[in-house]
Amino acid sequence: MSILINKDTKVITQGITGKTGQFHTEKCIEYANGKNCFVAGVNPKKAGEKILDVPIYGSVKEAAAETGATVSVIYVPPAGAAAAIWEAVEADLDLAICITEGIPVRDMLEVRNKMKAKEAAGGKKTLLLGPNCPGLITPDEIKIGIMPGHIHRKGRIGVVSRSGTLTYEAVAQLTEIGLGQSSAVGIGGDPINGLKHIDVMRMFNDDPDTDAVIMIGEIGGPDEAEAAMWCKANMKKPIVGFIAGVTAPAGKRMGHAGALISGGADTADAKLAIMEECGFKVTRNPSEMGKLLKAML
Amino acid sequence: MKIHEYQGKQILKKFGVTVPRGIHCTTVDDAVKAAETLGGKVWVVKAQIHAGGRGKGGGVKVAKSLDEVRQYASQILGMQLITHQTGPEGQKVRNLLIEEGADIKHEYYVAALTDRATQSVAMMASYEGGMDIEEVAHKTPEKIVKVFINPLVGLTDEQALTLAKGMGMNEASIPQCVDTLKKLYTCYMETDASLAEINPLIHEGDGTVKALDAKFNFDSNALYRQQEIVAMRDLDEEDADEIEASKFDLAYISLDGNIGCLVNGAGLAMATMDTIKLFGAEPANFLDVGGGATTEKVTEAFKIMLKNPKVKGILVNIFGGIMRCDTIATGVVTAAREVHLSVPLVVRMKGTNEDIGKQILRDSGLPIIAADTMAEAAQKIVDAVK
Repeated sequence: MSILINKDTKVITQGITGKTGQFHTEKCIEYANGKNCFVAGVNPKKAGEKILDVPIYGSVKEAAAETGATVSVIYVPPAGAAAAIWEAVEADLDLAICITEGIPVRDMLEVRNKMKAKEAAGGKKTLLLGPNCPGLITPDEIKIGIMPGHIHRKGRIGVVSRSGTLTYEAVAQLTEIGLGQSSAVGIGGDPINGLKHIDVMRMFNDDPDTDAVIMIGEIGGPDEAEAAMWCKANMKKPIVGFIAGVTAPAGKRMGHAGALISGGADTADAKLAIMEECGFKVTRNPSEMGKLLKAML
Repeated sequence: MKIHEYQGKQILKKFGVTVPRGIHCTTVDDAVKAAETLGGKVWVVKAQIHAGGRGKGGGVKVAKSLDEVRQYASQILGMQLITHQTGPEGQKVRNLLIEEGADIKHEYYVAALTDRATQSVAMMASYEGGMDIEEVAHKTPEKIVKVFINPLVGLTDEQALTLAKGMGMNEASIPQCVDTLKKLYTCYMETDASLAEINPLIHEGDGTVKALDAKFNFDSNALYRQQEIVAMRDLDEEDADEIEASKFDLAYISLDGNIGCLVNGAGLAMATMDTIKLFGAEPANFLDVGGGATTEKVTEAFKIMLKNPKVKGILVNIFGGIMRCDTIATGVVTAAREVHLSVPLVVRMKGTNEDIGKQILRDSGLPIIAADTMAEAAQKIVDAVK
């Protein structure tokens, strides 16, 4: 098994006709059962046509109704990406995965609050992964996103990270020492996003085919600390943790006031300390994530 | 993106927030003329740089005559203003704001920013204005009042009143304060700001609520739809190398160490920097070449790193996913030749076409040191620069 997606998942690609969307959809179709998974694309101007042998529909709702797809992946450019997420939510999909990088924060604030309002009113809950993320993969079954498929190997370790290349780093270390992955999830680097570390850790905890997890974080925001607290009380599986950014200069990207709200626990050192306190095996050497995890099994 | 105080006040004014009358100028003569135009008996001469703490650094002076305006303007204009946010070398003052004096009865603090945890806009206010808000938050957090605003609803009357009362606003000034807070919120949203801070917000003897300072940060993702804000960008206030890097779509931040690093992906770049530190050295920069690095981009990246005279060695760490290692290897070899690289270079490549990439590096005849893991790469570059 796996979390969120498997070989039977049916996927709609929003932005399939753009250069990036087309390139990555092709790679996803080539991977494992991809040919049967990527069943639809969306572009109102090209409805009725086909691209990569995938039929294009005028809207997500129509694509979902025609194909039974429950997941969408979004490559729509930044200015229209939040609207694309909302279209997937309005079509009552289970999961929308937004790869797009550079969406204005205000657009994300609005769509996230619209999603919450819809749920609060009793509407169907659509999970959002990303934006600004590599997507997720269940090795040998399905890959949805931009990660290199060949470094993965089917197995029983979960990987969750904000950063794309750091996810690949962890996956490659595991594969090299003979440990495969149940699922590898990139939650994305944006401040306002969908699924957080804590949500993905919950899923790995509940997944009978995941034995242990590598959780990777970065400086900024309270997410890793929240996930760590939850894990301390609930997680039944060993976790290796790493936080990137011990050497990052303070305040370079965010004004100081940001740290005030989140309670000041957003430096790499502070997060590593909390994770260690919560029972994670933490490392300051990112080359050792795989080895450390193997030693815990 | 940041802007100057005088620009921030123009924006606040546009949204209806009361600010002192003031004139931006770049010469001493214009400063005196500005004071004459404004009239009155007291003026404030304020250095305009993209950093806080200007008052403590000697960049803000109250003048009681036109002669004093001239004296202070010539002192401040052209000085290297050093504050806790500029670094030890300071920032050269090229712009001044000449303002009418204010009848300050009390200084408050107010700010709006995006809160990632609640996915809302947070507004904070405090009675303890005019000072370092980090210090207030640290020592007396109960003196800061916060509300979280749902962007679909906006700042409600009730929330604005909570802030105004919570910050201890002068009773008679509460209605204008509520109005000011609502305008600040609208301004924050409509300009795609990521921080809007007024410190201090004051009330005057006649009860008027006024913004005596304005600090803004803007969401760089939204600049494409904020032409008016983009026009306010002052490249003199930004790091020249970072501007150069951004032209080639490279994310670059200069740091204090002596090991240059070139990496793909922000997370991996930070992890590489951390590994260098772990092995006893300090990174000279953060440099993310992104997902689509070309030979040209890699060459530019080398040039930018090597402009920094402190760089004694370079570490390249690439995880070839969509990007192939042979492309990067060709880029590295071309760049090393073009810049006549004279410092040690360690390359760690992993992923797609790794073997071909390594072969290209070996065949180049250049003294490139290869490594298999990030840790090995860090160890080798640290040893090489010793």
